[in-house]
Amino acid sequence: MTPIVKVENLTKHFPIKKNALARRKAGNVKAVDGISFEIAPGETLGMVGESGCGKTTAGRTIIKLYEPTGGKIYFEGEDITDMAPSAMRSYRSKMQIIFQDPFASLNPRHTIGRIIAAPFEIQNITPEGGVRRAVQTLMERVGLNPEHYNRFPHEFSGGQRQRIGIARSIALKPKFIVADEPVSALDVSIQAQIINLLDDLQTEFGMSFLFIAHDLSVVQHISDRVAVMYLGKIMEIAPTTDLYAAPHHPYTKALLSAVPVPDPHTERTRERILLHGDLPSPMNPPTGCVFNTRCWKAQDRCRSDEPELLQIGASSVACHFPE
Amino acid sequence: MTRLLDINDLHVTFPTEDGDVKAVDGISLTLDAGETVAVVGESGSGKTVTSLSVLGLHNKKRTRLTGEILVHSERGAVDVVSCGDEELRKLRGSAVAMIFQDPMSSLHPYYSIGNQLSEAYRVVTKASKKDALKRCVEMLDLVGIPEPQKRVKEYPHQFSGGMRQRVMIAMAIINNPRILIADEPTTALDVTVQAQILTLLKELQKEFNMGILLITHDLGVVAEVADRVNVMYAGKVVERGTVDDIYYRPLAPYTMGLLSSIPSVYGKGTGRLSAIPGQPPSLISLPEGCSFASRCSFASQVVGASCATDAPQLIEDEPGHSARCHLALADRRTAGAKFAAKGGTA
Amino acid sequence: MINYVLRRLLYAAVILLLVSMAVYAIFQFLPFDPAALTCGKNCRPNLIAANRVRLGFDKPVWEQYWLFLSGIFVGRDYGVGSAAFSCPAPSLGYSFRQNACVTDLIKQALPVTLSLAIGALILWLIVGIGLGILAARFKDSPIDTGSTVFVLIGTSLPTFVTGLLLLIYLTLKNNIIPLNFDGYVSIFDHPSKFFIYFLLPWITLAFAFSAIYTRYTRSAVIEISGEDYIRTALAKGLKPKVVLRKHTLRAALAPLTTLAGLDFAGLLGGAILTETIFDLPGLGRMSLKAVNDFDLPVVLATTLLAAAIVVIMNLIVDLLYAVLDPRVRVG
Repeated sequence: MTPIVKVENLTKHFPIKKNALARRKAGNVKAVDGISFEIAPGETLGMVGESGCGKTTAGRTIIKLYEPTGGKIYFEGEDITDMAPSAMRSYRSKMQIIFQDPFASLNPRHTIGRIIAAPFEIQNITPEGGVRRAVQTLMERVGLNPEHYNRFPHEFSGGQRQRIGIARSIALKPKFIVADEPVSALDVSIQAQIINLLDDLQTEFGMSFLFIAHDLSVVQHISDRVAVMYLGKIMEIAPTTDLYAAPHHPYTKALLSAVPVPDPHTERTRERILLHGDLPSPMNPPTGCVFNTRCWKAQDRCRSDEPELLQIGASSVACHFPE
Repeated sequence: MTRLLDINDLHVTFPTEDGDVKAVDGISLTLDAGETVAVVGESGSGKTVTSLSVLGLHNKKRTRLTGEILVHSERGAVDVVSCGDEELRKLRGSAVAMIFQDPMSSLHPYYSIGNQLSEAYRVVTKASKKDALKRCVEMLDLVGIPEPQKRVKEYPHQFSGGMRQRVMIAMAIINNPRILIADEPTTALDVTVQAQILTLLKELQKEFNMGILLITHDLGVVAEVADRVNVMYAGKVVERGTVDDIYYRPLAPYTMGLLSSIPSVYGKGTGRLSAIPGQPPSLISLPEGCSFASRCSFASQVVGASCATDAPQLIEDEPGHSARCHLALADRRTAGAKFAAKGGTA
Repeated sequence: MINYVLRRLLYAAVILLLVSMAVYAIFQFLPFDPAALTCGKNCRPNLIAANRVRLGFDKPVWEQYWLFLSGIFVGRDYGVGSAAFSCPAPSLGYSFRQNACVTDLIKQALPVTLSLAIGALILWLIVGIGLGILAARFKDSPIDTGSTVFVLIGTSLPTFVTGLLLLIYLTLKNNIIPLNFDGYVSIFDHPSKFFIYFLLPWITLAFAFSAIYTRYTRSAVIEISGEDYIRTALAKGLKPKVVLRKHTLRAALAPLTTLAGLDFAGLLGGAILTETIFDLPGLGRMSLKAVNDFDLPVVLATTLLAAAIVVIMNLIVDLLYAVLDPRVRVG
């Protein structure tokens, strides 16, 4: 089966200018530095990592909100890497994004009816039965009261706003949705509602998700496979059960062990791997394996040779000394 | 055990044009030396307001405070609610210190770390600048900041988020306070850094026998560090008990709902999460009865009282374990067992 | 830091050079014969021609520009033989209308404008910042309401109205501040006369500015008071006084240096209205008069001077900001 999305060696670098007048490039932030993966139809790929690991940039580059610096992006087998914006237009209806901040991503001056109808307007599509009816059906589907069609975003709570964002993104029945930290800003009880909603929508419409989050528990719950990112690179990518049950990369292991579990007994008894130090600057990443500065297993080889992503069972791991 | 803090029937109200916002609606809690008491709740539950009022850091002009907040120290007990400004100020930093959620914005961008730390030290001890700076270096070393001699001269923007939170902790404990209030201390941090900070807090607590009042929304963090837990909903404590009580024998439906709505890494598979339907009530027009009634799946099973009209009281169902619910205790025990975290039974 | 200063100085020099070129070019395109403007109504063609040669208007534009530019550094000689005269460095040209080197004219006018601007700046900073802090500190109290009224009046009354009202009520009707017939005196020669001379102009200018600064300070102090680091400072047990002075004001007022520097620079270019109302022989009135008289060398010089002041003040403000804010200083 052709994957919905296939990414080969994707890079996205942001140039840093020292000051506005000098125009001299002081360096590059290697936000995404050579990642490859596929997402099958109907599959959810989770993408986790700490802040600054490049997961958000990756998500935005894949749907070409950012122009990639290098590598290839295929959508349903078609190379869209260098496609012009005008040609991209027809693809836009098939790929959508849900943003993290439900407060900043909705235009406060538009009614939610207008916000949800925007994809129809942009793609110049008149749905069956008219735009208003289509929007109200969508609202009902995501758990909003269709009578609130003419209300403004500020009249809604965070969870409801995220529902508005979701309604907008599924309006054109896309095949692929990038969900960028869609529940991070929400309270746990509301978070669960939204996760369930996304689950249901996927079952109903069969779309694929790239689910980006820093919360490993949420990612585990919703993903079929998970990619762990660190400093712009994929450290490990594996089916969810394998990744969580038997992490092969030291970073994955440390990350999992750092997550506090809502279970006092487990917390008291389990051993925790404490990583020392902070994330190195993505402007000046370590040589060799980017994780070597914080890794307890690092050898000389890790500081000189960059490990490739190699298959171990069902997992792919970028490590010289996998677990 | 030494009692450090007694909060009795605290009410915090913000009068607004639309009516009074009852942010905290009569909560009571205690904190002893060496223990960590968590206040857990979602946004709007009143947990942060409670923590701020202990130090009198709430906006005084826009807030009405009633009840009692007794801070016990060597000099006796001081009621923060009724004491004068000067007396309150003297508690700050010396008896009660606080660390905040966002370490990025909690340090003054214009002053060096050394300046801000020694200021905290000198306001209490009146030490000389030189002694204060020496103390700062010691403290930075204690909280695990490498090269403290050099870093003490640097500015906040030269520190990472985790390092800034370490600086905040150093600043908070520089005068050996007996009470440390930690308001979402790791929420803004990445998990690996969060683990470092929580470990640090636990070590420091052991070393200095501090009482920590931990304010958080993260049940994982609570399970990791807390001894006793207060679960808050719409300004009230709905359940209180030891950490094991709360996770393995929850008695309030809201607690059960919270526990079941978090996906867990060692979780219960990937079935549907049992989300709590609906949203918390508006704090301006709280329902007459139980604030949770409209979202509660047990409301229909209650016999002998009406959840919609009678507000339940916080009742000690078991020694040291209280809940606020009309449902018969036996029913709640059965229900609680279903929602309990797995570790207790394993 | 030193690198930064040197680089900024270089930029400033380049900008000034570009401004001088632009101004010079503009004057070349004006539909006047500069030589004809040198001698008023009773001009004869031969006089015009002679002046043209004397002032160098017969030379190609770039050469004229070069003469002008080099004059700033080495002075400039005009004419030959017995008709020769010279303007020593820094020469900004020669005004035939006033039969004087432009530099000398500026030297007379600049102290007046400088006294006016500095005095007004001090006054409006004290009043504006002071009132702003009070209004923020006692928010929603009568003091705050009073300051709001002051801000409203200050920002809506034009300078000439304020100035005239002050003149009428304080001097002419009630004689609280005596009228001055002696003209400008230096503060070093006669301080009391100096203060009396400038008091009304200062108040007039400072009135409008202090209203703006009150509004700015009030909102900045209120905004900064809500910052997390102010809460941290209070949690340390610092006295509210200390928190306000050390923590709130430092952060609230740092951006004010930019505002004050640029406003000050604007005034140095000439406070035309105020100088006119109070008949002060400053730069503003000088350039206004020059414009009316088609006194091109003076217009050229004052325009350049104003540009130079703005560029230099910008530099000073940026350096000052780097001193105040470590985020700018240490990357």
